[in-house]
Amino acid sequence: MIRHLLSTEDLGRDDALLVLDTAEYMATVADRSVKKLPTLRGRTVVNLFFEDSTRTRTSFEVAAKRLSADVINFSARGSSVSKGESLKDTALTLEAMGADVVVCRHPASGAPRRLAGWVRGSVVNAGDGTHEHPTQALLDAFTIRRRLGRLDGLSVTIVGDILHSRVARSNMWLLSTLGAAVTVVAPPTLVPVGIERWPVTVSYDLDAVLPKSDVVIVLRVQRERMTAAFFPTEREYTRRYGLDADRLAAMPASALVMHPGPMVRGMEIASDVADSTRSTAVEQVANGVSVRMAVLYLLLGGTREVA
Amino acid sequence: MTQRVDAAVRDPVDSGGRWLLRGVRPLGGAAVDMLLDGPVLAEIGPALSAPGATVLDADGLIALPGLVDLHTHLREPGREDAETVASGTRAAALGGFTTVFAMANTEPVADTAGVVEQVWRLGRTAGHCDVRPVGAVTEGLHGARLAELGAMASSAAAVRVFSDDGNCVSDAVLMRRALEYVKAFDGVIAQHAQEPRLTENAQLNEGVVSARLGLPGWPAAAEEAIIARDALLAGHVGSRLHVCHVSTAGSVEILRWAKSKGWRVTAEVTPHHLLLTDDLAASYDPVYKVNPPLRTAADVEALRAGLADGTIDCIATDHAPHAPQDKETEWAAARPGMVGLETALSIAIMVMVEPGLLDWAGLADRMAGAPSRIGGLPQASRDVAAALRPGAVANVVLLDPAARWTVDPHAFASRSRNTPYAGRSLPGRVQATFLRGRPTVLDGKIV
Ligand SMILES: [Zn+2]
Repeated sequence: MIRHLLSTEDLGRDDALLVLDTAEYMATVADRSVKKLPTLRGRTVVNLFFEDSTRTRTSFEVAAKRLSADVINFSARGSSVSKGESLKDTALTLEAMGADVVVCRHPASGAPRRLAGWVRGSVVNAGDGTHEHPTQALLDAFTIRRRLGRLDGLSVTIVGDILHSRVARSNMWLLSTLGAAVTVVAPPTLVPVGIERWPVTVSYDLDAVLPKSDVVIVLRVQRERMTAAFFPTEREYTRRYGLDADRLAAMPASALVMHPGPMVRGMEIASDVADSTRSTAVEQVANGVSVRMAVLYLLLGGTREVA
Repeated sequence: MTQRVDAAVRDPVDSGGRWLLRGVRPLGGAAVDMLLDGPVLAEIGPALSAPGATVLDADGLIALPGLVDLHTHLREPGREDAETVASGTRAAALGGFTTVFAMANTEPVADTAGVVEQVWRLGRTAGHCDVRPVGAVTEGLHGARLAELGAMASSAAAVRVFSDDGNCVSDAVLMRRALEYVKAFDGVIAQHAQEPRLTENAQLNEGVVSARLGLPGWPAAAEEAIIARDALLAGHVGSRLHVCHVSTAGSVEILRWAKSKGWRVTAEVTPHHLLLTDDLAASYDPVYKVNPPLRTAADVEALRAGLADGTIDCIATDHAPHAPQDKETEWAAARPGMVGLETALSIAIMVMVEPGLLDWAGLADRMAGAPSRIGGLPQASRDVAAALRPGAVANVVLLDPAARWTVDPHAFASRSRNTPYAGRSLPGRVQATFLRGRPTVLDGKIV
């Protein structure tokens, strides 16, 4: 198993499948009356969050605690970090605390990779700028596999702000590694220059893609993009790229709708679509814990054979 | 191929005394002896005899005119923790330079006669190489009002090159006026070509790598659009435009077109843009963060070809020292720039001479003759053949073309270590540098 989880781009197929399979086992723990394994007793997991993300931080915290690890939440807000302490000094502090795993969320792309060069423990990227969010992609893949039974050969569409999305990047690498055919859909302004080297098909027409999609991953679109002239109005975005009931009806009956959250209801996804049985939003939360347990467990030297 | 002079017998007098350089190869040609007498290159010929002169065994060393860097950031005043005029000019001498043009983006900005004279005097005091201050085009580099260009030109520093480097003079009217105004004293505007709106928060060449790394892109068009605009303006008003650190294949094409019109447009390229590519950013190590950013292999190839055929006139280092805390950060927080004075000649040999794109005379022109012409240095230094003839000013660098050396940032004379070449083995080693006949470097070490 790899030492850090910094991106899905460099995650091989075997390692990715090992995470998913281990997560399956971890999911059974959640069904027990005592939802706890002694596996990581005495190990320290530090949640180092330079951006607020209660849901991701909580997910890692629950995952670590279910493995009996000690958890330290090191929030950038109100700490020495916000007073100008450098990432490097923070890393040295964590080192002194004896962190075995540092879970890092940071607004700057690549910050977890820099951190990995300064600490002895493992680093898990919990979302870095507009680069990657690998555990989100792993939990999405886990959710798809649980619902549809496979990933190989599926058609997965990612619609939304591809340019600024770390979820899009992590998902397209991971899902294509696992054999899915990925299509990204966005207004051309929100597709990065240089995308031609990604293992994806690019489309500007959601309606043309939906009937062939087994899974649609809907990305949040921040309203501030509008003011930067990426698209004219919210209404026009919703009309061309929003997932509403009519578009849901155009998808195959078994197709899934996924959203990494937080959603802007009425913008990229209609409320009734978000709440439909085709939406996986709720189980994604539970799956997130299982996948993050698997990641922490494997990074700290676990094998497939969980005690 | 080390020189064998006991330091104790050197003439300590500032005039340089008399130096007999035995067996040097001027511009890589046949071996001859060269006599430096005081500040003058006195004689060249076979088997010279010069009683009383210090003899330097320079067998096999190539003699080039002292190198000239049009684009150096010496950081003084303001950021003396990163570099000073003294440390930066020591680095320059070790790199074979006898003149550096010190960029204006200091703190305070070199936008008055007072600041440019201060920098000029610091250079004279340090004495390792000549420092020619560059004056800011606009007050405080803010791009709003012209700085007192005439006052800087008339000052003791005799400024001829003006630049807001670090910032682009993006206002078209202001740029036109600046180009026109400096004609009065044969000045030149050196433009940092970067359309600001297209590059807000830009971190890396916009393309395959930036898309993958999730770093905001710096499109080639943002450089090329400004170069095209400024070339048109320079042509229109008949002024001299110099383009700093050209980095894209498209820029080379635009420059070629502008020169074909007969317009007075010149350009420089940095060593790093001639060698390194944007995929190095995959490590997110800001040692590779520079502005303009590293581009693609196709750009590198076009830049080398442009430098070889003269479309790009010269190599300039854009030596940009930074303190460790400004580089040991996440990519976006790091300051852009690389040190370059001590590696420039070796990189140039590696990318231009070794592949046969330039011979030694061509290299000397790109690193000494052309920058002298653009920067308005004395007539004699503008032609590299003339610069090594008897009667010329004795600004000479002796280079061991066969030597290889491994870059150790901790051995730099520069106060900063932000080099992308740490651990790299590079060809060509400066053995000695003479500034007006006085050695500033001997045996590869500062005198
Ligand atoms: Zn610049």
